[in-house]
Amino acid sequence: MNFIEFISQPWHWSISGVAISLIMFILLWFGGGFGASSNLRTLCAIGGAGHKHSFFDFDWKSQIWNLVFIFSAIIGGFIAVTYLPSPEPVQISQATQDYLQSVGVSTPQTIDQGFGFVPSEIYAMENFLSAKNLFLLLGGGFLVGFGTRYAGGCTSGHAISGLSNLQIPSLIAVIGFFIGGLFMTWIILPAILTF
Amino acid sequence: MKSLKYILPGILFGIVMTKSEAVSWFRIQEMFRFESFHMYGIIGTAVVLGALMVFIMKKINVKNVDGSEIKFASKDAGYKRYLIGGTIFGLGWAMTGACPGPMFTIVGHGVWSILFVILSAILGTYTYGAIRSKLPH
Repeated sequence: MNFIEFISQPWHWSISGVAISLIMFILLWFGGGFGASSNLRTLCAIGGAGHKHSFFDFDWKSQIWNLVFIFSAIIGGFIAVTYLPSPEPVQISQATQDYLQSVGVSTPQTIDQGFGFVPSEIYAMENFLSAKNLFLLLGGGFLVGFGTRYAGGCTSGHAISGLSNLQIPSLIAVIGFFIGGLFMTWIILPAILTF
Repeated sequence: MKSLKYILPGILFGIVMTKSEAVSWFRIQEMFRFESFHMYGIIGTAVVLGALMVFIMKKINVKNVDGSEIKFASKDAGYKRYLIGGTIFGLGWAMTGACPGPMFTIVGHGVWSILFVILSAILGTYTYGAIRSKLPH
C-alpha cells in the first residue's frame, strides 16, 4: 500500500481530531482564528448590507483572510474526492441505516452508489427540486445562517475554538446545538421525511 | 496579499472535513441518534488537544507570525443568545446535515444543490442582522 492509498482510507476519528486542532493552531498563529460562520456575515457586508443594517457596517476587508480560508476548503473538498477517494462509502452504524431505511433514505453500500456524504433522496440533482427537499435545504440553510450569527458562532467557533478557550458561553451554545439537533433529528425530520 | 497564506490551511481543512467524514449527512444523523462514537471522538479529540494548546500558548506567550499577541476570542457574557441562537442553529444543522464549514467543502464534491443551502444561510444571517435589535441577547 503506497502513501496515497494509505491516506485515501477513511480517517480514524482521533487523526481527524488532531488535524482539526492543528488547523486551529495554524489559524491562530497566522493572526486569524477558527470560525467558519462569520464568513456569512462578511458576504452580506460585501453585498452592501451595511448600507441598510449597522450589523453589516464593519471593515469587511479585515475578514478577507477567512473567506480565502473557507473558499480554499472547496478546493480541499475537490482534492479529497478526486485524488484521495475512499475505497468504500461512509460506514455508519447498522442501527442508523435501519432507521433511515424506515424513513425512506437509503445508505450507499458500495462506492458506485455514492460516497455516503449526502443522501441522494434529498441532494441529488434529479431529486432536490421537489417541494419537500427544497423546504429541507432552504429552511435548514436559513436556520443555520440565522442561528449561528444569533449564537455568535457554529461548530468551529463555539464547539472547537470556544470550548478550547474554556468559554462558558460556548458551552451554553453547544448545549443549544444539541437541543435543536436532537429535536430536529428525533421529532421534526422523521415527520418531514415520511410526509 | 497577506491573506494568501490561508489557502493551504483552507485546502487542508476541506480535505480533513472530507476524510474525517464530518461532512457526511449520515454521520450527523448517527451522532444525534447516539448510535456511533465517531463524531464525538473527532470533536472531543479536537477540544482536548485544542484546550491544551491554548493553555500552553497563553502560558509561554506564543506570538503570531507578525510578532503580535494572539487573539483568543472571548465571548460576551450572557446566556439567552447562546441558548436560543444555538438551538436554532442545531435545528438547521440536523435538517441539512451540514454546518458552515462542511457546507463549503461539499461544493468541492460537486453537490450543486448545497449552493441553495449556502444562499439560504446567507439570507438567514442577513435576516438576523436586520432584526437583531428586537431579539433577546
